[in-house]
Amino acid sequence: MLEKTEVTLDELRHLISNRAIEGETVLLNMGPQHPSTHGVLRLLLELDGEIVVNCIPDIGFLHTGIEKNMEAKTYLKAAVMTDRLDYLNTVGNNLLYCLAIEKLVDLDVPPRAQVIRVLLTELQRIASHLVWLGTHALDLAAMSVFLYCFREREAILDILEMCGGQRMMATYIRPGGLWRDVPAEFDGAVRQFLDSFPARIDEYEDMLTKNPLFIERTRDIGRLSKEDAIRWGITGPILRASGVALDLRKAQPYSGYEQYDFDVPTQTDGDTYARYLVRIEEMRQSLRIVRQALDALPGGPVRTNNPKFVPPPRSELGTSMEAVIHHFKLWTEGFPVPAESVYVAVESPRGELGVHLEGDGGAHPYRIYWRTPSFVNLQVLPLLSKGHLVADLVALIGTIDIVLGDVDR
Amino acid sequence: MNNYLQSVVPVLVERFGLESHEFRDQVNLLVPAPKITEVCLALRDEFTFDVLSGQTAVDYWPKQEPRFHVVYQLYSLSNNVRLGLRVPLDGNAPSISTLEGVYPNANWHEREIWDMFGIRFDGHSDLRRILMPYDWEGHPLRKDYPLGYEEVAFSFNQEEVDQRKPRPKE
Repeated sequence: MLEKTEVTLDELRHLISNRAIEGETVLLNMGPQHPSTHGVLRLLLELDGEIVVNCIPDIGFLHTGIEKNMEAKTYLKAAVMTDRLDYLNTVGNNLLYCLAIEKLVDLDVPPRAQVIRVLLTELQRIASHLVWLGTHALDLAAMSVFLYCFREREAILDILEMCGGQRMMATYIRPGGLWRDVPAEFDGAVRQFLDSFPARIDEYEDMLTKNPLFIERTRDIGRLSKEDAIRWGITGPILRASGVALDLRKAQPYSGYEQYDFDVPTQTDGDTYARYLVRIEEMRQSLRIVRQALDALPGGPVRTNNPKFVPPPRSELGTSMEAVIHHFKLWTEGFPVPAESVYVAVESPRGELGVHLEGDGGAHPYRIYWRTPSFVNLQVLPLLSKGHLVADLVALIGTIDIVLGDVDR
Repeated sequence: MNNYLQSVVPVLVERFGLESHEFRDQVNLLVPAPKITEVCLALRDEFTFDVLSGQTAVDYWPKQEPRFHVVYQLYSLSNNVRLGLRVPLDGNAPSISTLEGVYPNANWHEREIWDMFGIRFDGHSDLRRILMPYDWEGHPLRKDYPLGYEEVAFSFNQEEVDQRKPRPKE
């Protein structure tokens, strides 16, 4: 039997128009290796000249089976995989996973850990938006913005490295609190960033907000109406740029977000330019939260004192027999989780990041499903791109702000 | 339970003959498979659950019958509440009708469930694999699908192990 090596045109018949079969329009592959797809995304385009008639996203090139892999690990050990999903929002992924476990087993988190969690998640949100802004502008041929953005992102990654020991993927947030307390120089580093960053945002705005070339490339491109955004389950800045003020930090506060004073920026145009304005303003709001969190940082422990779920501090291992037993039990067997399921969601830089976590009474997650914002948001790309030029498609991929690790899991 | 859910859940349970389950303030309704489209249409149009947040499945093989649960997470924008739906499905050629007509974003979610669990969605417009390669065999998130591993190679068996490694097709 001949081995099947290609998807045939017949199998895609229902996705393309008859004009493509008759040869009037052209079918063209964009990606998976293409600099402006922000990763390994393949788009099958049906083109009439330079106009996009149909766009068929083909994903899965970065699928790593994280959901399956996590089922084989204990809850504590599976935590390291959460960073690898959305690699621009590693702290946020940790936070969500820990919130889900804490909800399932009903675990408290000390106030100091809560505040540090919020602080770092907001810094991470700024870092993620900086990558988005840099690459989005780069795709639209504004080279210098990219360099500026990555300079500031580096300052945030330095702060994260200071806390977790690594720039990215440190699994700093653990069930029941944090891995360890923040170092002494943390306060100074964050304050320095808080002082310098507002002027930097103005700098980006100077380069883009009133730049006629940038406006030409973004205004009226990929307009998404409020109704369509809701129908397609869109969340995050894309939804807010279409005029719906849904932010889970406000709507369903977690980790004490209700204590902070911040606004949810919205726009009503729903085009690429509106989404740009929303994200820029979100960086300013995140700064406000970071400042409030830093000023209100309480003292006390950063891990809850429940040895059945949280490993004891290293220093106790030399003096306490119980600590040794708990340490050993937790890292070999893990802790049992009731046979129930919860759905928890947080606001990631890209939208609603949710997790359906189900236990079976044992020490391994029975089923863990990641509702990732990039996966859901990418689904409107065909809708957005219809009738636009191929060059605008590049702007549209940028404005959806996908992370392929988040799409493919 | 949230005030809004407190008023809605008994109505739904009564009208469609469902079962409700509550855990840590989250409500899940157990819906029989043939009723899913009807229930979701009512939830969207009458009870303001206008967003399908997520959709997934769980495999209970071999512990429980029926084998699969398809799980829907709905969200109501105006009332700011979540509601979970669970649809039990038999393991023998499982299929359920698609929700594409009610929530268009079910399209990719259902393709993913087909890909990962082998649950068919009747009436789906584009039921192809989405994450795994198009010529993949089996459905990886089923519990009877092995996890797979990489063999550790030492100097004495390096070539032998290397030959067994999966490679992309020519």
